[in-house]
Amino acid sequence: MAYPAGFKYTKDHEWIELSGDEGKVGITDFAQAQLGDVVYLELPEVGTVLKAGQTFGNIESVKAVSELYAPVSGEVVEVNAALKEKPEAVNSDPHASWMVVIKLSDLGETGTLLDVTQYSDLVK
Amino acid sequence: MDQATDTPLKKTPLNARHRALGARMVPFGGWDMPVEYSGITAEHLAVRERAGLFDVSHMGQIEIAGSNALDAVQRISCNDASKLQIGQAQYSGLLTPAGTFVDDLLVYRLGPQHFMLVVNASHIETDFAVISEGITPAGDAVAVNVSARYALIAVQGPKALEIVQPLTGIDLASMKYYWFAHGEIAHVRGTVSRTGYTGEDGFEIFVPPQQADAVWLALMASGEQFGMIPCGLGARDTLRLEAAMSLHGNDIDDTRTPVEAGLDWIVGWKKDSFVGSDVLKQQKADGTAQKLIGFEMIDRGIGRQGYTLYSGDEAVGVVTSGTQTPYLKKAIGLGYVSAALAVPGTEIDIDIRGRRLKAKVVPTPFYKRTK
Repeated sequence: MAYPAGFKYTKDHEWIELSGDEGKVGITDFAQAQLGDVVYLELPEVGTVLKAGQTFGNIESVKAVSELYAPVSGEVVEVNAALKEKPEAVNSDPHASWMVVIKLSDLGETGTLLDVTQYSDLVK
Repeated sequence: MDQATDTPLKKTPLNARHRALGARMVPFGGWDMPVEYSGITAEHLAVRERAGLFDVSHMGQIEIAGSNALDAVQRISCNDASKLQIGQAQYSGLLTPAGTFVDDLLVYRLGPQHFMLVVNASHIETDFAVISEGITPAGDAVAVNVSARYALIAVQGPKALEIVQPLTGIDLASMKYYWFAHGEIAHVRGTVSRTGYTGEDGFEIFVPPQQADAVWLALMASGEQFGMIPCGLGARDTLRLEAAMSLHGNDIDDTRTPVEAGLDWIVGWKKDSFVGSDVLKQQKADGTAQKLIGFEMIDRGIGRQGYTLYSGDEAVGVVTSGTQTPYLKKAIGLGYVSAALAVPGTEIDIDIRGRRLKAKVVPTPFYKRTK
């Protein structure tokens, strides 16, 4: 599966689709393949303030639980409640399965993220 | 299961086949094993609805033979091996003097005074040492670790009979559950046993390691038209948990006895004393402080191994296995609780990473096949 060119990525295999000072956050195709069948998502409340690298939730596959890490600092302004009801979409369509929208507190942080070429190299 | 140390992982004779099939490999009990091929859910459903093929060659085999072999087995195995006819197998436990599990195992009666024990991969050496010592007082009986002599392949699922039968002259339809026979399978001399660890009908096939790949390929070819797929340890775990079959290292270990684990039925209560029998008899008479129960989540979440169980504010036990099961589509698990709470319908809470979520005690097995 191709990684969307417009997204930014982390070494922990999250993606963020930036739009102004907000970004939708999900996990990459590589991450979902490692996890296996996703069965449950534990996501934060709207209003939660996160630091970059901080855990914002958990994703459970049949096998195991993994933590979700915030790619940037900011406030959770939206949570994808629909995805919680059909978490298997993370496997079938990982790059459309956003989990939260974070309103960035420091736009400068985006410079530390990987672009699509760097991320594709990382998981090659 | 015990995790591997720095020693290199052992490989079954089918290791290359798994890799060629694109399996995801993981360390398990000192072995490099396939955890999944197409995905745990797909593999789990294949076994419930059609069939799945498993490499379980990591399992160990220990033979006991000699003129006093039955007496030897009776001393170290908690079930009553005298009830076995030749060609029959039984589930049992290898216990410590405290009645707790060194391992769980299957006892196959090959002859009047000849038995084969099938044991868990990570315990082969420990079991062999315990067995060798435990049978000494029986006199003429010897234990031999013959694990290297066998590859073990399991075909599990409602279509297993139709898949395996064309490859063997053994009459499988008339073979009863927990019986076995020797014969040719895919032109290879082996042993076919109607056993498994999935809660489905199926067969476990012992063949020489040199021929394992040929037998695997023949089974794959025979199973294709029935939609059989290769399955890994991930599906094996979710399948056995739906069937509420204990996993050593999770649900039973050297701190738990068969009585606590609800496995009274594998104890030969009427036979002469055996390792651990005094403790088991005491526990049967007095009851145990804790009992193994099945639970189903009420709140959304999955209670996993090691999570604490609560009744109100009181910690009452621990989860030993838990998952979201692909077939029942429920979050279920096994765990130990105070005996008074081990009643179906009782509500308990599970501390899931800092949150208390509701679950209830339910009867086991969670899944039972319709015959």
